[in-house]
Amino acid sequence: MSIIVNGSPVQAPEDSRVSLLDLLRERLHLSGVKKGCNQGACGACTVLVDGERILSCLALAVQYEGRSITSIEGLSREGELHALQRAFIEHDGFQCGYCTPGQICSAIGMSAELDRGVPSYVTADLASEHIQASRDELTERMSGNLCRCGAYNGIVEAIQETCTGGAR
Amino acid sequence: MNPFAYARAIDAGDAVRRGAAQGARYLGGGTNLVDLMRETIERPSSLIDVTGLSSAIEERPDGAILIGAAARNTAVAEHRAVRTRYPLLSRAIVAGASAQIRNMATVGGNLLQRTRCVYFYDDDGSRCNKRSPGQGCDAIEGFNRMHAILGASASCVATHPSDMCVALAALEAVVHLRGAGGERSLRLTELHRLPGAQPQLETTLEAGELITAVELPPLGFATRSTYRKVRDRSSYAFALVSVAAAIELEGDTVRDVRLALGGVAPKPWRARKAEQALKGRAATQESFRAAADAELADAAPLVHNAFKVELTRRTIAAVLTELVEEKH
Repeated sequence: MSIIVNGSPVQAPEDSRVSLLDLLRERLHLSGVKKGCNQGACGACTVLVDGERILSCLALAVQYEGRSITSIEGLSREGELHALQRAFIEHDGFQCGYCTPGQICSAIGMSAELDRGVPSYVTADLASEHIQASRDELTERMSGNLCRCGAYNGIVEAIQETCTGGAR
Repeated sequence: MNPFAYARAIDAGDAVRRGAAQGARYLGGGTNLVDLMRETIERPSSLIDVTGLSSAIEERPDGAILIGAAARNTAVAEHRAVRTRYPLLSRAIVAGASAQIRNMATVGGNLLQRTRCVYFYDDDGSRCNKRSPGQGCDAIEGFNRMHAILGASASCVATHPSDMCVALAALEAVVHLRGAGGERSLRLTELHRLPGAQPQLETTLEAGELITAVELPPLGFATRSTYRKVRDRSSYAFALVSVAAAIELEGDTVRDVRLALGGVAPKPWRARKAEQALKGRAATQESFRAAADAELADAAPLVHNAFKVELTRRTIAAVLTELVEEKH
């Protein structure tokens, strides 16, 4: 069995110690995936696994055989940027850009969670099927992605523009 | 990271057979274990991946909910029956870690995660009785703002980091186990040990025993329940103090109550003294504070964490007040 990375099958590493992050960056040269803290504290390494956001630094690559991984490199279609990528540019959702691929992958996963009604710590009514994509909801749900430049205002605006939440 | 063999368990029996090997460890989402292996604090010779075992969340005819140990934290938090019947559990889970980590982390792994005491993690520079038994503890005289005020010992003052477990302690959850000798179950409050003189022994599990499921017993009044976490920043931080509570009222009187604390003790802390002090009393601020005082009479704060005593008292009172004012 292999790991599907941005649509292409890839052999799982023989060395079981290799993280999914190192497989993507060092072996497949997908350098859009960033190594920030390498201990699950910053979110820079966020990728999507079967559409769900995870931290690739804490993931052993061997555990992901048979799964489908999408990194920032897999989001554009025929040279056309993903809507959220365009929104980040329009709203200045970054300065240095190091956290950006993780922010974007995370926000795409977050949007799907919101659509299916996953609650957050700031959700007032747990019984509600439709959670409004308020600023409080978005910032709480994105708290696993740090931006040390402090570009949070632009990041939130970019996400708000493309993510209307479960109430759409 | 030290080299290790990796295998996926095909079922619980297969996992337990493989888990009997010297140096074997079960692997869930890896969010804690992989990090500890990278720091070489954990050095397993083999990892048995149990994420393919049961992750089902089943509602039983008697009202209990059975959660397969491989269920991801997010799956439990978003489950309709959990959200509506046990809101404190949903809230506790989403108070923990980040969304990415909750998508990875399993229920079984959450129960067995290890302390985030910085001295435990600092293998090169600090003494730690939990990591290296008999070495001494640098937290007791060190920077211990995050550490325990209840249940600690002269050997260890580390806290248990889980939010989910605090809600499970309040709910009297049952942990289902499978080992070489067969199956058994115990209450979550019996799973974790207090440190005493042997802080390296963290649970009452036998060698090679596997957590297969967590059961939430029926508890009608848990619909009036919540979880509040007080921390240094508003999200993605470990608790200074957290409170899981469920209350049943009869008029203005407390008919029944469940209370558990996080961030203050070496294990998910069921506040039974506070519960006893509340039952049959008027649901007032005075009763809530008196109940908190009953629980905190044994508190033994360290140099930097005395603030936790008052913070716990206030958080208990605030959470109970919020629940009493909730419309039902």
